[in-house]
Amino acid sequence: MEALVSLVIGVLTACGVYLTLRARTFPVVLGLTFLSYAVNLFLFTMGRLTIGQPPIIDKAAAGYADPLPQALVLTAIVISFAMTAFVIMLALKARAELGNDHVDGRDDA
Amino acid sequence: MNLLILVLTIFAGALFIAWVSRLGRLHAAWAAGGVTLLALAQIAPRIPAIFAGDTLIERWRWMPASGLDLVFRLDGLGLLFSLLILGIGLLVIVYARYYLSARDSMGRFYSYLLLFMGAMLGIALSENIIQLLVFWELTSIASFLLISYWQHRADARQGARMALAITGAGGLAMLGGFIMLGEIAGSYELSVILASGDTIKAHPLYLPMLVLVLLGAFTKSAQFPFHFWLPNAMAAPTPVSAYLHSATMVKAGVFLLARLFPALSGTPEWAWLVGSAGLLTFLVGAFIALFQHDLKGLLAYSTISHLGLITLLFGIGTPLAAVAGVFHIINHAIFKASLFMAAGIIDHESGSRDMRRLNGLWKYMPHTALLAMVAAASMAGVPLLNGFLSKEMFFAEAVSAGTHFQLGWLLPAVITMGGIFAVAYSFRFIHDVFFNGEPVDLPKTPHEPPRWMKVPVELLVALCLLVGILPALTVEPMLRVAATGVLQTTPPDFDLAIWHGVNPALIMSVLAMIGGGVVYAFRRPIFAWLQEHCGRLQGKRIFDGLMGALFATSCGITRLLDTGTLQRLMLSFFIATLVLGVSGFLGSGSPLTGGRELLPLDGISLIAAIGLILAAIGTVVVHRQRFVALVLIGAVGLVVALIFVKFSAPDLALTQLSVEIVTIVLLLLALYFLPQRPARASGQSRVLRDVALAGLAGGGGALLAWSVLTRPYESIAEYFIANAKPGGGGYNVVNVILVDFRGYDTLGEIAVLALAALGIFAMLERLHLPAPQADSQGRPWNWDMHPAVMASLTRLLLPLALLVSFFILLRGHNLPGGGFIAGLVTAVALIMQYLANGVTWTQSRLPGNMHPVIGFGLLIATLTGLGSLLVGYPFLTSTFTYLDWPLVGEFEVASAMAFDLGVFLVVVGATLLILIHLGLMHGASHAPVDTEESR
Repeated sequence: MEALVSLVIGVLTACGVYLTLRARTFPVVLGLTFLSYAVNLFLFTMGRLTIGQPPIIDKAAAGYADPLPQALVLTAIVISFAMTAFVIMLALKARAELGNDHVDGRDDA
Repeated sequence: MNLLILVLTIFAGALFIAWVSRLGRLHAAWAAGGVTLLALAQIAPRIPAIFAGDTLIERWRWMPASGLDLVFRLDGLGLLFSLLILGIGLLVIVYARYYLSARDSMGRFYSYLLLFMGAMLGIALSENIIQLLVFWELTSIASFLLISYWQHRADARQGARMALAITGAGGLAMLGGFIMLGEIAGSYELSVILASGDTIKAHPLYLPMLVLVLLGAFTKSAQFPFHFWLPNAMAAPTPVSAYLHSATMVKAGVFLLARLFPALSGTPEWAWLVGSAGLLTFLVGAFIALFQHDLKGLLAYSTISHLGLITLLFGIGTPLAAVAGVFHIINHAIFKASLFMAAGIIDHESGSRDMRRLNGLWKYMPHTALLAMVAAASMAGVPLLNGFLSKEMFFAEAVSAGTHFQLGWLLPAVITMGGIFAVAYSFRFIHDVFFNGEPVDLPKTPHEPPRWMKVPVELLVALCLLVGILPALTVEPMLRVAATGVLQTTPPDFDLAIWHGVNPALIMSVLAMIGGGVVYAFRRPIFAWLQEHCGRLQGKRIFDGLMGALFATSCGITRLLDTGTLQRLMLSFFIATLVLGVSGFLGSGSPLTGGRELLPLDGISLIAAIGLILAAIGTVVVHRQRFVALVLIGAVGLVVALIFVKFSAPDLALTQLSVEIVTIVLLLLALYFLPQRPARASGQSRVLRDVALAGLAGGGGALLAWSVLTRPYESIAEYFIANAKPGGGGYNVVNVILVDFRGYDTLGEIAVLALAALGIFAMLERLHLPAPQADSQGRPWNWDMHPAVMASLTRLLLPLALLVSFFILLRGHNLPGGGFIAGLVTAVALIMQYLANGVTWTQSRLPGNMHPVIGFGLLIATLTGLGSLLVGYPFLTSTFTYLDWPLVGEFEVASAMAFDLGVFLVVVGATLLILIHLGLMHGASHAPVDTEESR
């Protein structure tokens, strides 16, 4: 299972890196979204993988998953959303001001 | 009344003036005078104790953990400087009231002046040297504001910038020196430092420390080769020059020499460094002063020269020389302030400061001329004036210092040369301006100034005479107590008399007088010769060159790193990250796989993972068809949420799910405004390069995750799990961490969210985007924008969705949920209304302005935190209790829930703000169609 999760993180990272290197704004935004999935998952795995033991206090529970990375990732997800929103608006602004959607504002490439 | 209040009085006064100046022009002047008098009244009752030999130390705890206290010290030296700062400050305030024209803002002037006064007073009264440095830097800033007071003038701005750059750099060096000094002495307090002079001088770090501290003092006191900022600061209004360059700013440097005299002086290093800087400055200043045509330029270089003289006296290092240094500090402050004021009067009433045009003013303003001549004579060192007494002491000290080394006769000889030039420029000041024919082409006909503009000058000139004629009755007690403060012991006997008989000092004085007359008579040939042979080597030019080189270097570095293309930047960023990551891997030498027991793989997980991988790769492959790519990335996000479900993170799954929905909606809305035709594909080589890089990065990420996941670990989670219920009153540990244990972090996060939303709002304001009327194949958009079934259903669902989100908010403390998730669910529910019914329709029915919602959210969260401060607990401590509600049963109420409500409001407000405003732009873009078709 660990190998599978590692693979997923790797694929998400690779997709994120590739798209971030594109020249148009929209793929870059998608790339950043991929990278935030990858980073959030990676942070989450700092608490290792636990199945069926949510960190909700219960007398019958055999154990708990590590709540700390979860708390950190929860806010990270929300902040990633704010970042994505900001970047896409920036892209729109650039489109309006420069007349194209190239990341450097050049229309030739 | 205490010293802290004394200093604070002045700073508060600066603010008060800024306010009171709105009521009327002259109110500011009256207020400034009043505040200064108030400060003098506070210091007066302490004078007898200081004269009796006490040193007053007052302390307030500030940061005890770092050994920083607010400590003030009033001794003889501090008292002398306080009186100079406040006394001359008061006179300058009166003078400036008449000097400033109707166009100048009085409030700004007096506010800056008091800011400066407070900072100077802080230097004079500080016991802790770090605290002294804070005030020291504050004087640099305040002087910057004062010198650039006439902001419209380029020379004023340049002069101010130069003064700030040089004194600021000196302050930085001094900070280093002070830290070394404090560490050597074992304390940052002057009482200890002044008492441990021997330890300090024997320490191996003595020399570097001394150099750094002296750099601070020399830059502030305009010592050669840092002197050139002072003449350039003459672009300031004359009252500023009279204040900063006579009694205060430039005296801060020599004050420091006097203050640290017992701790640092008495070594050859001190004597050479301080002595030679002082001597050079004394000579260079006096020499250049003679050839200035600007009245204030002459005074500026003469100030430099006199500061050199004082520095040289401290450099000589004998107790008697130090006494002479203190004495000259007093005398120079008095006569130079009056001279600057006189120069200001001349400038004010004749419209020029050029000594080639100002001639024969005696006829037009005899009263002012008399005052200026007496002050200038004092500057030259004419007997019966105060300047003579300290200069005589200076000559005597130079002669006796000269006996201690070979070729010692050179010192008095060179100093006599300086004296000759001092006499010559003083003579020029008198002769060129008030006699020497008729004025040439002046903008105004000169006349006497208003009565009260002369009063400060008269008072100062009267002091020159009083001190000069009756030194023992006037200045001697003050000098004795100030010298005690400097030396930290009883000063040696000295005799302030006008006649000491014929001695070397007197001979030097006489030589200087005669020589000065001769040099003045031959000044024209000397000047012509100089211009021919020396050109004009100016410190300002070197400074400008250095600053230019500095800017060019930093611009070069910036250009090297930032090529202006994002792709190149990202590429170098990823490569650098890869290199760092790989070298970390290779360098550690530990095995890739750790020893943790692995979980078994199951079929469903495998299928989900394959789905995710396919969707992700698909997104990349079709990324030029943006709509399809968006659908696919949505699928990726959903599987990520499933991963959270699988691995015991229900809160994360809920958050991811709702964020995913909001993000996709947002990107869909944005897609509308981006070009529809797919962009040109990248070249093959570039694709290959990027795929290779992405593959390496992905491989690295996977390996890193693998090596983490297979290793056992220790966590601090035990604490949170054990204390969630007893400490935070909740069963859902993740939520308790968010709103209680790490509440401060969460407060920061929602602040970031709020800022992002407001930033987006600002970006979208007045943004006009080209909105396509048809898709890429020329087909018009769907006319039926708001399908009836969807519209009706969402309207029905809204109350239900809100109820669910409220439920999630309430239960969040104990079961998966909470402010973040509930906020997102609410946002999704409301966004559904906008999607189904159109922005215009929904906007008219729902409150559209989200700013107050965000604001209230932040306010509630902060107030909850402050509430715990109020009852004596640290910020954001949570408390909880149980209520028995009818029907519901026992119900727990925690203050953290109010905090969570704040989080909820911020999330709802921010999300809706972003989406509604983007949606509104859609409305605007096809508004004509929309209004016709809207139901």
